[in-house]
Amino acid sequence: MSTKNIEEKQYLLRFKADTKSHLTVMDDDICATKCPDKICTIFCPAEVYKWEGLRMQVGYEGCHECGSCRIGCPYQNIKWEYPKGGHGIVFRLA
Amino acid sequence: MPEKFDVIVVGAGPAGTSCALVCAQKGLNVLLIERGEYPGSKNVMGGVLYRKQMEELIPEFWKEAPLERPVIEQRFWMMDKESVVQFGYKGLEWGVEPYNNFTVLRAQFDQWFAKKAVEAGALLINETVVTECIVENGKVVGIRTDRPNGEVYADVVVLADGVNSLLSKQLGFHKEFRPDEVALTVMEVINLPKEKINDRFNLEDNQGCTIEIFGDSTKGNLGTAFLYTNKDSLNIGVGTTLSSMIKAKLKPYDLLDYLKTHPMVKPMLAGGESAEYLAHLIPEGGYRSVPKVAGNGVVVVGDAAQLVNAIHREGSNMAMHSGLLAAETVIEAKYRGDFSESSLNLYRQKLYDSFIIKDLEKYKDATHTFENNPQYFKEYVPMMNKAMSKFFTVDGTPKRDKQKEIMKSVTSERGTIKVIQDIYRAWKAVK
Repeated sequence: MSTKNIEEKQYLLRFKADTKSHLTVMDDDICATKCPDKICTIFCPAEVYKWEGLRMQVGYEGCHECGSCRIGCPYQNIKWEYPKGGHGIVFRLA
Repeated sequence: MPEKFDVIVVGAGPAGTSCALVCAQKGLNVLLIERGEYPGSKNVMGGVLYRKQMEELIPEFWKEAPLERPVIEQRFWMMDKESVVQFGYKGLEWGVEPYNNFTVLRAQFDQWFAKKAVEAGALLINETVVTECIVENGKVVGIRTDRPNGEVYADVVVLADGVNSLLSKQLGFHKEFRPDEVALTVMEVINLPKEKINDRFNLEDNQGCTIEIFGDSTKGNLGTAFLYTNKDSLNIGVGTTLSSMIKAKLKPYDLLDYLKTHPMVKPMLAGGESAEYLAHLIPEGGYRSVPKVAGNGVVVVGDAAQLVNAIHREGSNMAMHSGLLAAETVIEAKYRGDFSESSLNLYRQKLYDSFIIKDLEKYKDATHTFENNPQYFKEYVPMMNKAMSKFFTVDGTPKRDKQKEIMKSVTSERGTIKVIQDIYRAWKAVK
């Protein structure tokens, strides 16, 4: 079978996106100056975080709500909440 | 809706629904709150549901629950780049009543299970996030939700809010988890015709197989992969501790694709169609990570209490049993009219007397040992593969000489003393 890249994997899912992000990078300067690896852009399983040179783009609409970024951010720089009730990812199978 | 409930359960996964079901069966007024569109819509599991703890809640559930296949074979793979050492057990006794365990798809199973709690009298409210516990005079007296005027009161609040359990953290029951206390796991459900699954895994229609894969499945990092058979799909997934993922700078979905295209795995998936991709954290800190589980007017169950035995891939069963123990405690507390911490500590006592904490205690050093000693996954798995290859390749070398060569290659790679230390350390961690 063919593998699917992360964009294709994300297309398999149903999301009911809220209008407001449940994820907030509190201080982009910390990412810019203290965090050369920008490790959240690597380990996030949905590629929610993308570094844009000066600020972190947060594609919260595709978040699996796993919590890894909150625990894994080396500077505890991510404010992490649940999306509003009934919003966010909707798993249909497993 | 009454102003006040006997019990509010936060989270309609296995732990919360079990607790709600048993409380409702005893006639308590139960509110079960779920943040997803329906129970199961936020929940992820590799897929093994154990019969024993489920049966204690719903006798003969297998006659009506949406299950995939009863597991009759459990295989373990120690995988290298182009080889695998295998062992396992297959027994037909697991394929007939009362069964041992089943593969399930959680979005379906959790909905069915929550419906059982509703039929017993619990009130289920979906699409509602509990934002905090209402605490008055040091006692949890209710919850605040993200709905307008969304305050609800109860004698007891049961926190079944999953691995992240923001609510028990708010109450100060635990600090933020460290990256080595959780495993980041990703999986795919892959549709494949039933006949192909039966042929490839040597199964009949109503027989299932699970494969746990160690070694190269995680590129030698601390974690495992799994491949489970559903009726007409496969669940394939891989996870490592978040700390290992960070250290190795791994993208979890790349690791999953590495597994899917591994020469030992690829033929089993051939012709399959990806149907869903899912990511979730598994609490793997074990015994030492279990938070405070009972306070004034509140108890913590399931993943929220970090009740997972990673070595034996048991979690949903511990969730259900903890939910049951919490329910028994709440029922007794109701009878006594005492919901203080000292009254609800009965739950803690029941938990610590049960297989749950006993098993977590048995393996309390395992994650730590394997995290700090990467040689078990990185070096020993390839060594085992080389040894088997050497031993079973017929090349005219006498078997005794082969044994000597194998022993020599093991001790020369790690050093005799180190090998002895490694064996002792591993034995200590799992004894």
